[in-house]
Amino acid sequence: MNLLVAQAQQIEAPQIDYGAIAPLLVVLGAACMSVLLEALLPKHQRWAVQLVLTLGTLVGATGALIFYATSERPAQGVATLAGAIAVDSPSLFLWATLLVLAFGSVLLIADRSVEPGGAFVAQAAIRPGTIQDRAQATKTGMQTEVFPLTLFALGGMMTFVASNDLLTMFVALEVLSLPLYLMCGLARRRRLLSQEAAVKYFLLGAFASAFFLYGVALLYGYAGSVKLSAIATAAAGTDRSDTLLFAGFGLLVVGLLFKAAVGPFHSWTPDVYQGAPTPVTAFMAACTKVAAFGGILRVLTVAFENTQWEWRGVLYGVAVVSMVIGAVLGLTQTDVKRMIAYSSVAHAGFLLIGSIALTPEGTAPGVSATLFYLLAYGFTTIAAFGIVSLVRNSDGEATHLSQWAGLAKRSPIVAGVFTFLLLALAGIPLTSGFIGKFVVFSAAIEAGLAPLVVIALVASAVAAFFYLRVIVLMYFSEPAPDGPTVTVPGAFTTIAITLGAVVTLVLGLWPTFVLDWAGTGTFLS
Amino acid sequence: MLDPYLPLVLMFALAGAFALFSVTAAPYIGPRRYNKAKLDAYECGIEPSPQPVVGGGRMPVAYYLTAMLFILFDIEMVFLYPFAVAADKLGLFGLVEIVLFVATLGFAYVYVWRRGGLDWN
Amino acid sequence: MTEPVAASGIASLAWLLLALPAFGAAVLLVGGKRTDKWGHLLGCATILGAFGYGLALFFSTLGLSPEERVQNVHLFNWIDVNALTVEFGLRIDPLSLTFVLLITGVGSLIHIYSIGYMAHEEGRRKFFAYLNLFVAAMLLLVLGNGFVTLYFGWEGVGLASYLLIGWYQYKPEAASAAKKAFLMNRVGDLGLAIAIFLMFNKLGTTQYTEVFSRVSEFSSAEVLAITLLLLLGACGKSGQFPLQAWLPDAMAGPTPVSALIHAATMVTAGVYLIARSNPLYNLSEDGRLVVMIIGGVTLLIGCIIGCAYDDFKKVLAYSTVSQIGYMILAVGLGPIGYALGIMHLLTHGFFKAGLFLGAGSVMHGMNDEGNIRRMGGLYKFLPITFVTWTLGYLALIGIPPFAGYFSKDAIIAAAFTGEGWRPWVFGGVALLGAALTAFYMTRLLILVFLGQPRWKDLKSEDGRDYHPHESPLSMTVPMIILAVGSVGGGWFLSSGGRLAGWLEPSLGELKEEHGVISHGMVGILTVVLAVVGAGLAFLLFGRGKQPVERPARVSFPVRAARADLYGNALNEALFARPGTWLTRALVFLDLKGVDGLVNGTAALLGGSSGRLRRLQTGFVRSYALSMLLGSIFVLGALLVVRFS
Repeated sequence: MNLLVAQAQQIEAPQIDYGAIAPLLVVLGAACMSVLLEALLPKHQRWAVQLVLTLGTLVGATGALIFYATSERPAQGVATLAGAIAVDSPSLFLWATLLVLAFGSVLLIADRSVEPGGAFVAQAAIRPGTIQDRAQATKTGMQTEVFPLTLFALGGMMTFVASNDLLTMFVALEVLSLPLYLMCGLARRRRLLSQEAAVKYFLLGAFASAFFLYGVALLYGYAGSVKLSAIATAAAGTDRSDTLLFAGFGLLVVGLLFKAAVGPFHSWTPDVYQGAPTPVTAFMAACTKVAAFGGILRVLTVAFENTQWEWRGVLYGVAVVSMVIGAVLGLTQTDVKRMIAYSSVAHAGFLLIGSIALTPEGTAPGVSATLFYLLAYGFTTIAAFGIVSLVRNSDGEATHLSQWAGLAKRSPIVAGVFTFLLLALAGIPLTSGFIGKFVVFSAAIEAGLAPLVVIALVASAVAAFFYLRVIVLMYFSEPAPDGPTVTVPGAFTTIAITLGAVVTLVLGLWPTFVLDWAGTGTFLS
Repeated sequence: MLDPYLPLVLMFALAGAFALFSVTAAPYIGPRRYNKAKLDAYECGIEPSPQPVVGGGRMPVAYYLTAMLFILFDIEMVFLYPFAVAADKLGLFGLVEIVLFVATLGFAYVYVWRRGGLDWN
Repeated sequence: MTEPVAASGIASLAWLLLALPAFGAAVLLVGGKRTDKWGHLLGCATILGAFGYGLALFFSTLGLSPEERVQNVHLFNWIDVNALTVEFGLRIDPLSLTFVLLITGVGSLIHIYSIGYMAHEEGRRKFFAYLNLFVAAMLLLVLGNGFVTLYFGWEGVGLASYLLIGWYQYKPEAASAAKKAFLMNRVGDLGLAIAIFLMFNKLGTTQYTEVFSRVSEFSSAEVLAITLLLLLGACGKSGQFPLQAWLPDAMAGPTPVSALIHAATMVTAGVYLIARSNPLYNLSEDGRLVVMIIGGVTLLIGCIIGCAYDDFKKVLAYSTVSQIGYMILAVGLGPIGYALGIMHLLTHGFFKAGLFLGAGSVMHGMNDEGNIRRMGGLYKFLPITFVTWTLGYLALIGIPPFAGYFSKDAIIAAAFTGEGWRPWVFGGVALLGAALTAFYMTRLLILVFLGQPRWKDLKSEDGRDYHPHESPLSMTVPMIILAVGSVGGGWFLSSGGRLAGWLEPSLGELKEEHGVISHGMVGILTVVLAVVGAGLAFLLFGRGKQPVERPARVSFPVRAARADLYGNALNEALFARPGTWLTRALVFLDLKGVDGLVNGTAALLGGSSGRLRRLQTGFVRSYALSMLLGSIFVLGALLVVRFS
């Protein structure tokens, strides 16, 4: 009887604000289409069609985003899909950041003029060192699957920064990670190193995901819900076991810090950055960083804001460790990509400072500063990796620092742009890097983290040493006789590098409008 | 106060002691006549498959492919059953959702099929 | 302090001062080879334009009453979010205008000089682009109306200086000098940056007007901290102890650069910083004492090392270090010294730039030879250079009525004021410095221009004979103009307290105190000691034949001076060594420690095989282990914090 009554009742479908999540739907839908095209199109058409589809998707998603952001919408943001996705001002900013950075990365990925056939291997499944492998080295085909993989990863990242509960966040984390693992293993040259990077990233990533998931489980045990706001409410009460809360928080944060490459959870970064194809490294360094810190910001400010006095000291220590590791170990690197990897570890420390800059009154001055820093850092990094992909010898990219000696004499423009980007990474004025550091450190001071800022300044001064070493090498050393040549880049790479360098300059001169935009609203809680 | 638990503790202690004794004693008192089957990894009583070929004991990669596909459609089933039970209550919205879900898996299926993932050779 | 008023009239166009040189730099850098023909002319024209505008601004300001002489030009809000507003604006006041005239005036002369000096250089336009860039950044530094704007210019001049020191890219010493300058400046910049953040933390602003009117909100410890940190910044940029070692090395750059950046303008930025922050320094007696100690120590170090070097430009460089020591000492004296420091800065700007240009002219005529032991008797061959150089020399050693006498004498007299041990120590040091200055400068004069022509039988490094000759007009005219300045500048600026009165709206009234020795007495003592120093140099170097190779067997003081008084060794011990150790330790931990924990022997054996293989065989698990350790640390710390 009861059963019959129950059957008669309809289950309410959740409200969906299609306008708000349109960018997300466009990207994920296009990713599925892309898989289908990959299956149905003949080989020679794939690259062009996939490229048009991918770039079109990014433009379309950005258009949808702009349309939604400029239309009438609730100022504090909306939670849609039964509260699983929060579309608020930071979400929109992060989405826009991810989309434009992905645009730059896709241009690098699509380039086939620098390396004949592109930076990706024709058949990734062939075992390195075999006869088939040597045979395919001369082919110009590439694994065009990299395009749908990029779109899936991007969709995951966008979901990740907007997810309003931990379970959605975990699913998004996996959606963004799995394609990245694969993409790392697709390099055309140095197959062994590339595959090794992929396996390493996968193993350690799985390890970190397990941490994250265990943390989610403990927090569910604590709060009885995986919603961020529910955890905040539960933590405001006093009658529950704090051990569950803090153990859960710790494990969760470890998972997040791993993705963001914050020391001491950075160990994968140098190897993976080095082994992965350079365009993919650029994508990872720029977009993954944005996504990971977007997630960290949301989790810390929404779910754990009222327990900050317990955890802030710990993340304080983590930030210091990360900055020291990044700055000091960067000094001894002899490979450009590894050097930038350690630099990204140091930058992750700076970003973490912005993320933990919460005031006792419950405001988070660090949020807008960190958002700005992410945008600025992303562009600089993409352009820097674009340059790295240009310096080549007969074995592919010449990433060993000694091969960069005297580069300025051979190619003054490339050396000049790279110098500018390194100065931006070092945080010299006139570049976005300076403004980024300035606003993050100011926010940290406001939140009472002055000693940490002093440490950060020392770390950035130390880090300036190794950027400078490269500049000195390029300008003041004699070029090696059999040194690498600088490939004249095709349109795609040129656009990507120009875009990155110009944004780095413009944000250094007129940061206000982006800062304004980054500061328009707070996370939906 | 803890009296009722005493037998339990004794039980644990006894079990632990027995296990320790058996494992320690076995090499000393048992006969040592090894053969291949005895030294092999134990897998549900079946011989671990397949036997090493050239290059040392790798599984054919196709096996993993099939296994992954199996898991994929296994999970599809897991979702389809509860949907079927509640299909009435979920109404049109539920139907659209499940069709989208199946279609998404279908894309992956088409990809695998076109790339020869289903050919066993 | 005079409160600023909004700029009106001609002053509201002050952004032109920055825009002109920046425009020149942009055209030259973007235009590339197309600008080869006329690029240097554009460079000169933009600086001359800026100078002309600066003059107009100066005279229009003179026409205002003293209360209206501090003007604020608001350009735009550079950063404007929530609590953080950084205004980008210019502050036109007597202090900044003085610097504008010095920078654009001396800058114009040196631009013109460079046309001749760099005529044979490939990429001359790039040189002018960098020079323009430097002028723009330096003007921003002195004109900015807040500490952040100052920092912006501060880094800009550092960058330009770095580019120009490394101009001769093919010389290894130029490369290492550029690097050294950049890195040592970073140490100083760190101090400046922290000071700015401290101010921001306390007051929420870094604009001069607000910081200076609210200095009373700082506790005395905070004021001390800020003043010391600003001093650290000043030490880096101005080559003061213990960060002085980069400046002499910076002479590896072209001579016009040494004259403009590393003698007349950029290196005085530290003096500007302290003078500009006078409301802060007025509050901290201890802070000023440290400033004076640094100034005193540096001026002695500079003099002593200057006596031992054989490189023309390096001797002048150490002379610069020591003269800036005088300026720092002066501004450290507080209200009785700010204006004196600025006056010495101005006169020094003239005569030191002239001396450097003279050195450049000599080297230009001598196949770029810089070793003074290979010169001698050059007065016959470069008469104009000789006369202008000698005028600058007389100004530097402080012989009346030349410029240096008025400015240096005033500083020495001011150093003799106060109570207890201070006047005797600082005054004594300043006097001793004057004598030593006369000694090493006379040595330079004799070895270069007088005595035997030792170069006759020698060949330069590239195997050519020396044919010393006078330089072209574009080089001699700037030298003559600068010489005029070094003759009359001191009297002009000091008579009737002209400069001090002009600077009053910026620096406050110049207080006068009676010293432990009367001012007249100090004047006599200074001149007497200078003459004694010069005479001693004549006795030692003026007679007989000087060896071409420098003597190897010398006493300990000379050896110490030749080794820069072990300044580099000190830097190495203080900064480089600990850094290296930390790096090594961390690398060891990263590569060996964590891995070794897992499989010590395997790591030991694997060390010989390639890194790649080693990575494949075991590193993932050690990475995972390091992550696990990190997680345990995070979790443990969280729980400890919670339950303690």
